[in-house]
Amino acid sequence: MEQSETRAAGAGAALAPEGESAPARGSLIEVKDLTKIYGEGESMVQALRGVSLSVSHGEFVAIMGPSGSGKSTFMHLLGCLDRPTSGSYVLAGQEVSGLTRDQLAAIRCRQIGFVFQSFNLLARTNALENVELPMLYAGVPQRTRDERARAILEQVGLGQRMDHRPNELSGGQQQRVAIARALANGAPLLMADEPTGNLDSASSVEIMTLFRHLNRDNGITIIVVTHATDVAAWTDRVVTFRDGLIIDDRPAREVTS
Amino acid sequence: MSFTVLISTAWKALQRNVSRSLLTMLGIIIGVGAVIASMAIGAGAQAAVLKQIESLGANLIVITPGSITSGGVSLGSGSRTTLTPDDVAAIAANVPEVSGVAPYSQTNTQVVAGSANWYTVIGGTTPDWPTVGNWTVAQGSFFTKQDVDRVSKVAVLGSTVAANLFPAGGAVGSTIVIKSVPFRVLGVLLSKGQTGFGRDQDDVIVVPITTHQERLTGQTWVNAIMISASAPETVAGVIDATERLLRLQHHLTPVEPDDFTIRNIANVQAVRTATVQTQALLLAAVAVVSLLVGGIGIMNIMLVSVTERTREIGLRMAVGGRGRDILLQFLIEALTMACAGGLIGVGMGIGISFLVSQLAHWPTVISGFSVFLGFVSAAMTGVVFGYYPARRAAALDPIDALRYE
Repeated sequence: MEQSETRAAGAGAALAPEGESAPARGSLIEVKDLTKIYGEGESMVQALRGVSLSVSHGEFVAIMGPSGSGKSTFMHLLGCLDRPTSGSYVLAGQEVSGLTRDQLAAIRCRQIGFVFQSFNLLARTNALENVELPMLYAGVPQRTRDERARAILEQVGLGQRMDHRPNELSGGQQQRVAIARALANGAPLLMADEPTGNLDSASSVEIMTLFRHLNRDNGITIIVVTHATDVAAWTDRVVTFRDGLIIDDRPAREVTS
Repeated sequence: MSFTVLISTAWKALQRNVSRSLLTMLGIIIGVGAVIASMAIGAGAQAAVLKQIESLGANLIVITPGSITSGGVSLGSGSRTTLTPDDVAAIAANVPEVSGVAPYSQTNTQVVAGSANWYTVIGGTTPDWPTVGNWTVAQGSFFTKQDVDRVSKVAVLGSTVAANLFPAGGAVGSTIVIKSVPFRVLGVLLSKGQTGFGRDQDDVIVVPITTHQERLTGQTWVNAIMISASAPETVAGVIDATERLLRLQHHLTPVEPDDFTIRNIANVQAVRTATVQTQALLLAAVAVVSLLVGGIGIMNIMLVSVTERTREIGLRMAVGGRGRDILLQFLIEALTMACAGGLIGVGMGIGISFLVSQLAHWPTVISGFSVFLGFVSAAMTGVVFGYYPARRAAALDPIDALRYE
């Protein structure tokens, strides 16, 4: 109960300021003509050739495409892990394309939760402490950290395994710890990079069910990068990349049916 | 990130590989141990010298006969027989600014008193000796000029001798036997304790120089002449005048070298201090080199650690860690390792100092300052050598770091 309140507050803070001409549900992500070029001269690679995309609050989006299509680069830019060569990226009403490293870190800390294919949990560190990690960087006091981490772990169904270390947990359980960690600072946006890539099909269903639930019941905007259509089938909208451009953007049921 | 979190994170990281952490600390441990031990030995020597000067008086001048060389082999200082009671009288009569002058000869022998016996040093001297050597008579009295003139069989005991020959007390007035000659005990000296270098100054019996020569040894020359200058400032003048006088007394031509050696107690101790301090300096050099090596060790292992934990760094950045958070984390880790090494080093330094004083009988004094200095130099080493690896960690690109295999 308390948990959903915390998250609602986080999401509220991220809402676009009033008066902005936003789509009906309010735009969380507004990307225009984004390009990314790696290297220079002969070895220059144009990973993104001018991508525009708008994602509203509460959407559940899959990003697909073959390797080398630019979907990973796009994911890194959306996740504020990297800066575009040109173009504009407005996240929750703030232009972030020209921010410094430290400013981007602050955005990641408050606005974005990451879920990785390989979980990336800290070894020899129990579930509770792993979930507390982002709160350390957000400067949350010890007691609040502990309470919030416990509540989130309960919510993802790991209430009985809080003091277990990653090597004592199954793959699906580890990924749930990672999801709890992504939710720790109440970010409105969750980015998952092949979240089921290392999981068996039963665990994959578990994780996608959890995403579905977080999206519907908690209003969290989720963007999943995947190459698996059965994963994309869980989402509402599928954006397909090829050669650094969006070639397709339509409701999921039209793609996966 | 709060400081406590940083420290506990660092501590956890070090616990992951305890043996590696300990080996890395070794340089720091040895360095800090050497810092503390060297300062303890240096300070101990200083304190011992001060104590010695205090107990003998800074104005004390000691003349010993020169050395003789027999077939190319020097027999060392004091092996000549050129100093006589006449020289003592001449100094007393002619050298200005002298507050006391006393001859001193010594022999070691067994002393008997009733059923007790003791092996000790028998010194022969004159009534000026307590003044010159800074001695006080605790019980009874010292012998007089008359005793010297009359070759009286009287003795004054050091407190150690008195305690061993007369455990029940009552030394004054009793009779002791030295080399079959009975001596009446006139007094007992006030204890001076050990010298800073561990010799018991109270293990001595003094008798009139004349009695010493005629009854105990049969030697007509004296082992040493002790002079007390009137003030520390007059020491140099007294040495000068005494040297000229003794050259006249001994009929030395200008080309002949002195057949005696004149030393001031401060000079003697300065040489001794210098020797010990050279050793201490050597240890200090070991300390610096060791800290340097220790620092490089820390830098090396921190670079390894940064590489090993590249993905962790990437993750920390992804969840909101800024460059300075990462920098601080690794810097604190290096600092924690250095400080832990510093603490162990402090313990080791204290241990070494204790061993040195127990086994080598060098006096040692562990000062709070040396502990502070040792610990601070360890911490500084950690910060200086931890900075570069921490800087590298902080400069990693989050995407590359996350992808690192």
